[in-house]
Amino acid sequence: MSKEQILSSDGIPLEQSLKKAERKNKLKAVLLVAPLFLFILIIYVFPIGDMLFRSVDDRMITKMLPKTFKAMESWDGQDLPDEPVYKAIYEDLKYLKENKTYGKIIARLNYEKSGFSSLIKKTVRKLKKIEEGNYKEQFIKIHKRWGQPEYLVALRNAAPNWSYAKYLKGVDMRFDQNKNIVQVEEDRRIYKILWMRTINVAFWVTLFCFVLAYPISHLLATLPMKYSNLLMICVLLPFWTSLLVRTSSWMVLLQQQGPINDLIVWLGLAADDNRPELMYNVIGTFVAMTQILLPFMVLPLYSVMKTISPSLMRAGKSLGGTPLVSFVKIYFPLTIPGIGAGCLLVFILAIGYYITPALVGGASGSLISNTIAYHMKSSLDWAFASALGTMLLVGVLAIYWVYNKLVGIDNIKLG
Amino acid sequence: MALPNHTPLNYRIWHYTYLTFCGFVFFFLIAPLFVILPLSFNAEQYIHFSAKMLALDPEGFSLRWYEDMIYGTKNPWGLATKNSLIIAFFATIGSTILGTVAALGLSSRHMPYKAAFMALLISPMIVPLIISGTAIFFFMAKVGLAATHTGIVLSHIILGTPFVVITVTATLSGFDHSVTRAAASLGSNPVNTFMKITLPLIMPGVISGALFAFVTSFDEVVVVLFLAGLENTTIPIQMWVGLREQLSPTIMAVATCLIVMSTLILVTAELLRRRSERLRGINR
Repeated sequence: MSKEQILSSDGIPLEQSLKKAERKNKLKAVLLVAPLFLFILIIYVFPIGDMLFRSVDDRMITKMLPKTFKAMESWDGQDLPDEPVYKAIYEDLKYLKENKTYGKIIARLNYEKSGFSSLIKKTVRKLKKIEEGNYKEQFIKIHKRWGQPEYLVALRNAAPNWSYAKYLKGVDMRFDQNKNIVQVEEDRRIYKILWMRTINVAFWVTLFCFVLAYPISHLLATLPMKYSNLLMICVLLPFWTSLLVRTSSWMVLLQQQGPINDLIVWLGLAADDNRPELMYNVIGTFVAMTQILLPFMVLPLYSVMKTISPSLMRAGKSLGGTPLVSFVKIYFPLTIPGIGAGCLLVFILAIGYYITPALVGGASGSLISNTIAYHMKSSLDWAFASALGTMLLVGVLAIYWVYNKLVGIDNIKLG
Repeated sequence: MALPNHTPLNYRIWHYTYLTFCGFVFFFLIAPLFVILPLSFNAEQYIHFSAKMLALDPEGFSLRWYEDMIYGTKNPWGLATKNSLIIAFFATIGSTILGTVAALGLSSRHMPYKAAFMALLISPMIVPLIISGTAIFFFMAKVGLAATHTGIVLSHIILGTPFVVITVTATLSGFDHSVTRAAASLGSNPVNTFMKITLPLIMPGVISGALFAFVTSFDEVVVVLFLAGLENTTIPIQMWVGLREQLSPTIMAVATCLIVMSTLILVTAELLRRRSERLRGINR
């Protein structure tokens, strides 16, 4: 026996009517979010996807030497290939020479195996002397490297459309000619050092920020309003001030003839003609980044400490705990959410910092972001910049995920 | 914080050490900003305190660097200021509208997958700027918007919206939805209800989000470095270029103007925050 249905005023069952209203509300909420969502999807998420795509996209060589790779399909890679392969190389290079675009493949092939640069250049130069028929012999006559199988193997290794070679480069690894992953030569290992330095700087800056921020957040949270509001300005003014202004004030302070060095000389810690270098090294990066990121640690800590009732500490004391014990057992555990929020936020911001290290860091204080910028703007190795960017992004998103789990993204507090 | 008379000596020492440490940290936070101010009035061309300045001799001070900033023939500050203001203005409007509307949807209890949407919409604030810059540059170059104001404005809208979303959702969390239902029961349509009831009530949150969006755009340098051509130069770009060459007193003058501006913004933001806290207090 079915339950009697309750009808709404227009005769539709109430349950159905409610569901309809619910659906309508849901649709309304989704429609409100949709414009921003689509905007971010098109101008932000897709471009980042495109960046991922660029970092593994290796189709340039395949596109420029189509016939060669087609002809190489039937080659076993052991001995020298047969005539058709050389004929295909001849046709491809001839086409590239006519369009003056062979320069592009040189860098890519030279990365695969050094020696390709002169090989291609010489071959292109003598291309018009080649007569029809018997290409293999004529090629080997132009350059003996055409007769060495390892060069042709290297050429074939450049064929796949997708490659994660740029990622290997980002951790100082590479493919050798047999497609095994090996470490690069000792003196060319720079990226591991860079990653370690970036993580190191982010870690220490986070730690310094925490050590400096904890006491002042506590003070701000416990002082009476009229004093704490005044002191809060010391935190908020730097927070609202342009990053470049704050960085330039550190450049003024840390320069060789600057106030801090004047003080060091005046205190007799260094001779006037032997002033220590405080800038253009990792010290400058540390000091400036700590001051610049400090507000991001203070604000979450403060907002958590503000909610802790002072009566809890008094209760601890009345139960016989010394201030230290009450602090360790009561106050500190209650501030852990704030510590987590602040530390993760500062770490995330520090690991991708660009402007400050670029201006006060010099060569020894530059971080992974600076290298990405270098490959974007100077060396123009956009695929490699994209690969480094992707690696950094994965790291940051992992921390962001943890942050979201621990703190909840909607609990971010600003100002 | 005066201590009671019976406080034991070791607590007393501990307490004053703590206060001294806090004093040092506050000094560390705020002092660097004040180094710039006197140097921008330096009569000499060097970025250090001259003997005359330290003796407070009026001859040691001058306004010549401000003059140079405004009238200097080779100085690009005029164009940069104009561009910065135009870009920040449109970016602020765009971020505020998109962000506020999205926040209204996100605060609705009917919104599905709220956390996931929130995480995505906030992500431009978390992702390192260098990555955002790289990705947006590829995109703008592809659609032909690199080195245009439009391209820069669009990317700044992206960077500014998270702040608006955060501040407006925070304001809406204390919002009493029965007032909109009351308006609806009195026959007001949703648009009218929003304009006359909801918007005035969440205004403090919207304005403080807009301030964040403005400052984000006005200070932003990494993405602009990728996107800007010579015509789109902004104040942060000019400061960046200047700082990479050498520290000049003119930069100190510009920096001083920026500090004055950020002080004004801070005061506005603080007043708004207090007002919004008061309003939320009434709701409780």
